[in-house]
Amino acid sequence: MTIRDKKVIYGLYDDEQDLLKAVKAANKDHLDILDVFSPFPVHGLDPLLGLEESRLHIAGFIYGALGTLTAFLGMTWIFTRDWPIVFGGKPHWSVPAFIPITFETTVLFASIGMVVTFYVICGLGPGVTNPTLDDRLTDDKFAIAFDAGHIDSGAAESFFARTGASEVNTKIL
Amino acid sequence: MSAPVSPIRTPLVEGHKSYHDITNDLVAATERTPSKTWLVAFLISVSVLTVGIFCILWTIWHGIGTWNLNRTIGWGWDITNFVWWIGIGHAGTLISAILLLFRQKWRTGVNRAAEAMTIFAVMCAGLFPLIHMGRIWMAMFIFPYPNTRGPLWPNFNSPLLWDVFAISTYFTVSLLFWYTGLVPDFATVRDRAKGFRRKIYNFLSFGWTGSAKHWQRWEALSLVLAGIATPLVLSVHTIVSFDFATSVIPGWHTTIFPPYFVAGAIFSGFAMVQTLMIITRKILKIEEYITLEHIESMNKVIVATGMIVGVAYLTELFISWYSGYIYEQFAFFNRALGPYYWSYFGMMFCNVVSPLFFFSKKLRRNIPFTFFMSILINIGMWFERFVIIATTLARDYLPSSWSFYVPTWVEIGIYVGTFGLFFTLYLLFVRVAPVVAIAEIKSILKTSGDQYVGPNAIHHDDHDHDSHGHDIHEHEDHDPHKVGASAGAQHSHQATETSSTTATTTASSGSATVTQDDLTKIEGIGPVIQGILKDAGIFTFTALNKSSVEDLQRILDSSDRSTGGNNPESWPTQAKLAAEGLWDELDQLKDKLDGGKFA
Repeated sequence: MTIRDKKVIYGLYDDEQDLLKAVKAANKDHLDILDVFSPFPVHGLDPLLGLEESRLHIAGFIYGALGTLTAFLGMTWIFTRDWPIVFGGKPHWSVPAFIPITFETTVLFASIGMVVTFYVICGLGPGVTNPTLDDRLTDDKFAIAFDAGHIDSGAAESFFARTGASEVNTKIL
Repeated sequence: MSAPVSPIRTPLVEGHKSYHDITNDLVAATERTPSKTWLVAFLISVSVLTVGIFCILWTIWHGIGTWNLNRTIGWGWDITNFVWWIGIGHAGTLISAILLLFRQKWRTGVNRAAEAMTIFAVMCAGLFPLIHMGRIWMAMFIFPYPNTRGPLWPNFNSPLLWDVFAISTYFTVSLLFWYTGLVPDFATVRDRAKGFRRKIYNFLSFGWTGSAKHWQRWEALSLVLAGIATPLVLSVHTIVSFDFATSVIPGWHTTIFPPYFVAGAIFSGFAMVQTLMIITRKILKIEEYITLEHIESMNKVIVATGMIVGVAYLTELFISWYSGYIYEQFAFFNRALGPYYWSYFGMMFCNVVSPLFFFSKKLRRNIPFTFFMSILINIGMWFERFVIIATTLARDYLPSSWSFYVPTWVEIGIYVGTFGLFFTLYLLFVRVAPVVAIAEIKSILKTSGDQYVGPNAIHHDDHDHDSHGHDIHEHEDHDPHKVGASAGAQHSHQATETSSTTATTTASSGSATVTQDDLTKIEGIGPVIQGILKDAGIFTFTALNKSSVEDLQRILDSSDRSTGGNNPESWPTQAKLAAEGLWDELDQLKDKLDGGKFA
């Protein structure tokens, strides 16, 4: 999720434990969290934020299957229809000999496809500049961000104070 | 914070590091002006690379005739070097993929550099088949693309073409895997940088923000890439070995080659990682991140794969004798006692005898000795490929065609030149990217930092530690912040009321002693699920009673352990009875339940 053109009120936490506690508290108070930022993946955060499991692996499977078909059907067509050549008296359609290339192409398609999908759905890529809340979020701070348009600033500030945020700021992204 | 991790564990991050220290230490190498050592090393590498480029151009200009290959010896140093470099390129993806699947935490200290090494080694390797073709300007003929020559296709039945696919796939996947891991770390560098430098790293970091959803996808991607890279690593050297094994040359035509080559590749790959890491950690002063523990772990891999290689050598010898096939017997007799006997015994000594020293823990943890051994093993593995390729070809079926092969200066120059290429790229990498994966080190800090585990751990929250003690032993890859957080969550209303707004004191808040009930008394909950529930902060029957069925289901679904389709619908009801001590009523209820479900 990339946030753009939004006024955001966010609190910085010094430890992932504080962050997890705060997210739980926000859930309890029915505060709608816009996003959470951290310098490394915090385990246990996804279910609290209600994030569904990523479906990247399904995409990966589809890309892989596409690779399998491309390689196997491609070689089959080339060696039986397009240009049948006899190699050492072996049959044109020599399936065992096609296995290594089929496997490699499967892996190649799956990984390229998944990586490209990952960058596209995350809105990341060469030359992309996404606005960030704070430079320390890739260092040692953890942030919870609320959409300032949807939360009363007093409520947000008291929430951050209550949950032990070390700093509270507002920023327009 | 507390240290709810087995004290037996050895720390992987030393020096009581905070998250900020980790960033500072690991980004530092890219921020300071290049040291004299680096400049000298870089100049030497570039000069050596220049020699290599000159020799390659010489080969292309004058043709393969400048090499000492002949009709008998069609493959010499070129393919020896190719297989050797490819082998070295096996450690990186093994470390980052297979060790990720096995949840080996020491992986995080070395995976970045090892993967970089893999990519550079594969580049060096790929060079040799290309120039060996003779007419390098026709190199694209190896790829099947619609062309105006018919279209004429490559031979898909040939192991040499399988190699093309295996190596180009391996290179691509390794590169993608490596770069995806680098993106968050480039963002870390970006956020510390100013001006033009910031622009560069902004480009490299792809606009990474560290959003929770991005991290989730990033982890999913890493896991799946690791899953498919694992068979890929094993396939690459298997296919390289097919280049030999599918031929009819005595000494090559053996079924043992694929596993033997893969083990040898991992063996030499780890040796090269040791060589590089021992220098890198010293020069970049990152000994606290690449610790003795890392070096010892890699030495264990070396001794294991070295033994496999040794068994393979002896099996080969036995089978050649046992086959009763005189050409096969002669091939091995010739390897050991022919004109190239020194390379055979060099190989046997370096690869089979010398790794045995690593059975001694003292030697495994001795850095100068490890460095020496890593060089020895790489020499030995080069000899292995030379023995298999050149010495076998030198004396084939027809004694009239026997010959002896020594490389020309051009061949030597190209081989030396690949070291130039390898080290030039490695030195550039060390300057541009964090050599140790920053985000991954941060994510293992609380389970592997020496302030949390090992002899120097600070137990300032012992009561908390004790209360969760038994929980930890049940779950090997337990993240302590989960427990800490869940303890906090259970008392969240207390914690949030008492914690001050200055976050510095919150570390120990919510760590009041927690009473725990035996949740396995509930039908449908076994030790595994109990562990999952406790991870999620449900320690008591009361807490379980207060949880909604949906929440419980979500907790089960979000766990990475298999929960075997358990249905939590009756758990809160059962827990209510258990919490009130109504055991008889609970037993009556259990009789009516079917595996924890309402019948």
